[in-house]
Amino acid sequence: MTLMHKFLATAAVLSLSAGAAAAEPALIFDLGGKFDKSFNEAAFSGAKRWADETGGTFREIELQSEAQREQALRRFAENGNDPIIMTGFAFGNVLGEVAPDYPDTKFAIIDMVVDAPNVRSVVFNEHEGSYLVGMMAAMASESDTVGFIGGMDIPLIRKFACGYVQGVKAVKPEATVIQNMTGTTPAAWNDPVKGSELTKSQISQGADVIYAAAGGTGVGVLQTAADEGILSIGVDSNQNYMHPGKILTSMTKRVDNAVYDAMEAGTDIETGIYVMGVGNEGVGYAMDEFNADLVSADMQAAVDDAAAKIGSGELMVHDYMSDNACPVE
Amino acid sequence: MDLMTVLQVLDSTVRLATPLLLACLAGLFSERAGIFDIGLEGKMLAAAFFSAAVASLTGSVWLGLSAGIGASLVLSGIHGLASITFRGNQLISGVAINFLAAGMTVLIAEDWFSQGGRTPSLIAGGRFDGITLPFAEALRDLPVIGPIYYELISGHSILVYVGFLTVPLTWWILFRTRFGLRLRAVGENPAAVDTAGVSVVGLRFAAVAICGVLCGIAGAYLATGLQAGFVKDMTAGRGFIALAALIFAKWRPWYALYSCLLFGLLQAVALRYQSIEVGGLVIPVQFMDALPYILTVVILAGFVGKAIPPRAGGEPYVKER
Repeated sequence: MTLMHKFLATAAVLSLSAGAAAAEPALIFDLGGKFDKSFNEAAFSGAKRWADETGGTFREIELQSEAQREQALRRFAENGNDPIIMTGFAFGNVLGEVAPDYPDTKFAIIDMVVDAPNVRSVVFNEHEGSYLVGMMAAMASESDTVGFIGGMDIPLIRKFACGYVQGVKAVKPEATVIQNMTGTTPAAWNDPVKGSELTKSQISQGADVIYAAAGGTGVGVLQTAADEGILSIGVDSNQNYMHPGKILTSMTKRVDNAVYDAMEAGTDIETGIYVMGVGNEGVGYAMDEFNADLVSADMQAAVDDAAAKIGSGELMVHDYMSDNACPVE
Repeated sequence: MDLMTVLQVLDSTVRLATPLLLACLAGLFSERAGIFDIGLEGKMLAAAFFSAAVASLTGSVWLGLSAGIGASLVLSGIHGLASITFRGNQLISGVAINFLAAGMTVLIAEDWFSQGGRTPSLIAGGRFDGITLPFAEALRDLPVIGPIYYELISGHSILVYVGFLTVPLTWWILFRTRFGLRLRAVGENPAAVDTAGVSVVGLRFAAVAICGVLCGIAGAYLATGLQAGFVKDMTAGRGFIALAALIFAKWRPWYALYSCLLFGLLQAVALRYQSIEVGGLVIPVQFMDALPYILTVVILAGFVGKAIPPRAGGEPYVKER
């Protein structure tokens, strides 16, 4: 037993000293995984950028199951990591319970609002970004019919849809927007086959630009759109490279900036709700060499103009989640 | 609804029904021989991954198809080993295969391609393209028959035609050959087959192997026919719908075709119309998605005929001592 005790004591001392050493930030990835080409990977690239620029280090963990959420949070908090950043709305409930237990540690959660004095809740104005790509879709469309394909039918995805429709109608009030949701279970995020069928169905109904906000299902949407020779719009990360010359643009959500900002602020991070919208480059549309030929100067000027107006507050885009209703169909 | 819309929905039905049909016939062979297989989903998933991975590495869709069938056969072998040789519980073995495939595909994909559990998009040559049947272009302008032939029957990838031809083939093997008779007998009364001097273990392994090949084709069709690459969990429950279709079809090949087409049609309609109005009553899309399962329960409960599974299904065969 004495040997066991010695080991335990050594381990305890080591962990204590590790905790006292430095207030490293920590980053927790959600179940999608660190390299999901989208949300979590963007968070990782933001953290990496911070580490490269400042020479700092950070701790990270990829969750493997729901049960690890609280465990990971408490471990980092006990370890003295500060701030602790987590990606994804699914952390909401757990953080609400854990945060009051560690009043001296700062937390940052992305895509969710947690009301606690030591939490920064980062939310994105996806409806503003979707509005901008909606305008581009309307301008690029020749049939005056555009499509939207969502993943799982949740308010967040309706928020994307609503912003998109508003953008389309702002340019062409007469245009038709065909909307489809892939399903009502989490399987809807990873069903590219259904994504393809929905795309084919929308094309047969006249759509010639389709916006996919559907996770892995979107891969099928972009693929079928490229195969059938129409344009599509990617989401979250810049997905223009996936089918060069076939993807009009991507609605980017700068999760990397959110993580970078939080790490940059370190232990002095401001808590409360932190909104990332068009104004502070939290959301936007992607331009690169892959879609340069598809977007004319006029289109870009019009969209940039709208972005400036949204940023200054002159133009209000309706947020579906504010009243669970959309003023336009 | 004009003719074109109907044809588009039916076209979509054919595409959606094909993976169900192949998986359903796979399950039919296995279960007719007395081996329950709820690992159809896992086998399809593994086949989808390996077909896409090999097709993207080699650029040849046929090598991809072989790799998919190979992967599915390996999983079938594990299922056979666990439930035939070692007489384990067939359901548990099937569940294990589903979990194994779900985890393994993403892990290997991440290791090989580092794209978050995906394979790269397949380019031409790495995919099964639609083939235009003879005279499709020429007959296109004929009224009614032309569009039906051109839109609905022609233009699918070769695996679709393979899937549909497997139905009569399955019927012929099961009901017109000696092998089929023995295979059915082994699912009803293995002791009788054993008494006749035919190897029960050998027959059951043959059935499980056929099941592996068909699941392999189904998975390869998902990843290289319908899609251009693998995405994690891309089978999205199709293996389970195929099992439901198998029960709905009462373990018969032609009925399997009809039930898979029916389930495919339900999906196609649900995808085309998010909600349907029938005489002022709105049917939500969720109901359409749930309908295959509801129908299966109705059949199982004995409201419409009776679904009787093979008698020796689920029981490992133990020779009397």
